[in-house]
Amino acid sequence: MPHKHIVILGNGISGITCARHLRKLDDDLRITVISGESKYFFSRTALMYVAMGQMKFEHTQPYENWFWEKNRIEILQEWVSRVDFDQKSLEFESGGSLPYDQLILATGSKPNKFGWPGQDLEGVQGLYSKQDLEKFEENTSGTVQRAVIVGGGLIGIELAEMLAYKKIPVTLLVREKGFWNNVLPKEESELVGRHIMEHHFDLQLETELQEILADQQGRVNAILTSKGERIPCQFVGLTAGVSPNVDFLKNSDLEIGKGILVNEFFETNISDVYAIGDCAEFRNAPGPERKNIEQVWYTGRMHGETLAYSLAQKKTAYRPGPWFNSAKFLDIEYQTYGTIPPVWNPEEYKSFYWEHAGGKAAFRLHMDLENRILGVNNFGFRLRHEFFDKAIKESWTGEKVMAYLEKANFNPEFFPPFFLEIQKAYKREFGGDFKLGKKTFIQKLFGARV
Amino acid sequence: MKWFEKIGVGFFLLGISIFTVLPFLGQYQLSQEIVLENTKEIHRERMEEILDPMYDQVYPSNFAFLGEFTAHFSAYNDSLKSNQLWDQVIWDDYGFALAKASVQSPVRENPWLWLGLSIGLAVLGGFLYNFRQYEDEHPGIKNNGIFHSKLKNRGWVGMITGGYLILFYILLYWFPAYLVNLVWMVDPLSRILSGGAASQWFLYGFIYTLAILVMGLRMFRKYRGNKYQQLRTASVMFFQTAFAFLIPEILVLLNQPYFDFKNIWPLDYDFFYAYQLDTFLSSGGVGFFMLVWGILLILIGVPLFTYFYGKRWYCSWVCGCGGLAETLGDPFRQLSDKSLKAWQFERWIIHSVLVLVTVMTILTIVNYFSGFSLLGDVTNQLHTFYGFVIGSAFAGVVGTGFYPFMGNRVWCRFGCPLAAYLGMVQRFKSRFRITTNGGQCISCGNCSTYCEMGIDVRWYAQRGQNIIRSSCVGCGVCSAVCPRGVLKLENDAEEGRFEEIPILIGNDSIKIKS
Repeated sequence: MPHKHIVILGNGISGITCARHLRKLDDDLRITVISGESKYFFSRTALMYVAMGQMKFEHTQPYENWFWEKNRIEILQEWVSRVDFDQKSLEFESGGSLPYDQLILATGSKPNKFGWPGQDLEGVQGLYSKQDLEKFEENTSGTVQRAVIVGGGLIGIELAEMLAYKKIPVTLLVREKGFWNNVLPKEESELVGRHIMEHHFDLQLETELQEILADQQGRVNAILTSKGERIPCQFVGLTAGVSPNVDFLKNSDLEIGKGILVNEFFETNISDVYAIGDCAEFRNAPGPERKNIEQVWYTGRMHGETLAYSLAQKKTAYRPGPWFNSAKFLDIEYQTYGTIPPVWNPEEYKSFYWEHAGGKAAFRLHMDLENRILGVNNFGFRLRHEFFDKAIKESWTGEKVMAYLEKANFNPEFFPPFFLEIQKAYKREFGGDFKLGKKTFIQKLFGARV
Repeated sequence: MKWFEKIGVGFFLLGISIFTVLPFLGQYQLSQEIVLENTKEIHRERMEEILDPMYDQVYPSNFAFLGEFTAHFSAYNDSLKSNQLWDQVIWDDYGFALAKASVQSPVRENPWLWLGLSIGLAVLGGFLYNFRQYEDEHPGIKNNGIFHSKLKNRGWVGMITGGYLILFYILLYWFPAYLVNLVWMVDPLSRILSGGAASQWFLYGFIYTLAILVMGLRMFRKYRGNKYQQLRTASVMFFQTAFAFLIPEILVLLNQPYFDFKNIWPLDYDFFYAYQLDTFLSSGGVGFFMLVWGILLILIGVPLFTYFYGKRWYCSWVCGCGGLAETLGDPFRQLSDKSLKAWQFERWIIHSVLVLVTVMTILTIVNYFSGFSLLGDVTNQLHTFYGFVIGSAFAGVVGTGFYPFMGNRVWCRFGCPLAAYLGMVQRFKSRFRITTNGGQCISCGNCSTYCEMGIDVRWYAQRGQNIIRSSCVGCGVCSAVCPRGVLKLENDAEEGRFEEIPILIGNDSIKIKS
């Protein structure tokens, strides 16, 4: 007889990680995961690959279907309409209900809509859920002569790629001066911007959406920009960020800011109710450089791991290590370790930037005034997470990072040894007493060039 | 599609069509001289008699000719069999040799012309289609649309392609007599290379090599910007052309034994057969060197190279089966089954084949050195069984014919005993592993989807665990297709290779195994 019934609302990476770890740590729990979106856990980040025919939907499911039963994780495909916190019970849209002893809210995000006129027209959508993918197929099945994407972020560029696969011309409206430049420093943002143009996307910077216009059937047929331009289009993608998916919880006793307010133990104001992942908002940010709402895959996973440990073993506060993230902009891979702000005062920080002559690989080492590493950005090649996690925690100097840079390389064998050029460039700019790397015999033999 | 790509597709289809029609051209006329020339001395008299009714008849097609031939030949054998006169039964199959000698066809008269119009056109078409692929695109992963393709996702084009390949293999292995026109077509080439007439195996080797070269070119284009993929493709192209195709033929020209220096027992399952050992031991220094070389590869080459580089040194850099799988088979790599069940089947089947071939080889060697006193003919029957079931049906018909159904490594994954041997070394004593980059995995599944060996790479990657699997051939595609830079093929110290990291990097709250 299970001693406790934990119900997890949401089967994204946070909820599922939490469920898996709970089962690992406690054999006697009853665990139920509820999601209306899809029966089985799938990787949200891979939806674009399904649209582009690189995978089938089933390939996005990290565990085979038997996995859940084998691990006694009960699965319910239901939309929850209301939570009765007093009775400790969930009510389903279909009419049923489910009691819980402890409830973990992991309801994720929803695409932002900023009250644009026409934002709910036919042919206008975001890209977040499995249903959005289905809607995408529907919305692009007819004639679409042009699509407009509003918002320049990671999902925007993915949506642009999906449309390009369907040979639909794309206009990208970006409010800022550079692509994703509220996150990326100027040089990196320009590098990505150039690559977007190379792919023949119409990137319109410092341009906002004014209004979405409809035809007689109520379908989108044009938009108006903040610059007064009218762009005829039959598809509009809204990708100006996401916000916590908590509407159905409002008007209850649960304290909600932008997201569900939690402390460092993921506890909400109601006992036995927790929130993790995109939908949670920390009352106090988990670190000096971190945000109160963390909305990436990795943080969702870490929230799940930590809460499971708290509930099944020992109450433990969420203490993330140095920040890291990654993405892919069309053909260019991006990784980041540590924290690099988009802009900084040069009198407070030192920043080393190297860019390959081809303009598709770059490296930034952000340091304090004593040359201690704060973070790195790398584009077009791969760096080792373990290396930088250690270097950042131990506050290595730029010099030391350079001296061991070869060990940080995570590119496949025979790839250009970029680190050789990076070391040289660093030495020119900042000096430092470290030995420059040399090409290996194999690299010379196969004509490795940077 | 650009205009030259369209022409390429047109040439390819035309070439394949002509290739498909060629076996049915011409007429067949058997004579006494032909029978005398193409039968063993002990069978001559009999065969002459059996086939007497066929002399100087003109048969309008291979079906008519071979039908008649089989009728006469089987009638003779069947009556002996029914009277239990086993020692008088003629076990040799003279169909191929007699059909080849009897055919009168435009192909036999103009082999170069028809070679050009069939295989030549197909190769030219393949070249035109491939040589500038993705020209207008940036280097990067080119997997768009694969699951919307009628060829690459078990659609009707895939079904037809698979069916065609299967049919070709069945004819090649068991009914080569129907393909004599095709063999005539490559006869002059064989004479240039080895000085001898072409067999169906020469035809096969020639097509096989061309397939690797043309589709290797496609790999260069597809993986522009990925040196690892390009180099290993160049390597399999080289080893197939030089080691598997040209050198053995040239050895024959120089009166040496036919030998493929990169083929290793137990993939090369007849290495220790009596006729092979006889050949090695009767061919002086060169033959002896071949024998020693082959044994050294088995005992030292495989463990040593696999220790340092993993089994990839062979499976995706040298091997001919691997070479075809990685070039012609690359468009089908995503069709491999990733389920746990498939992995369980895989381990049972492949290790059974390894046991079978080992037992067979030990019996063969013991029998050979005991002067066949021990087991007599039993080993021959074992050889026939293994050759039929494993060597032909599994490695050939299923191995290649099933590309469009089950992915490009069916043989390598489920059947190849050498892969099993290499895999055991790789699993237990090697520096090779695929490393996961800390906590960067997003579980997207590109790696698992494109693993031709059906390894669920993501299972390991999302737990931050090294991927150490006996079946991994180190093709490097998981690493290539990863959008977050998570996977890296590495040779490194054995220490810590199996170590499970505590919680994935990035979360300092807890330290437990993930």
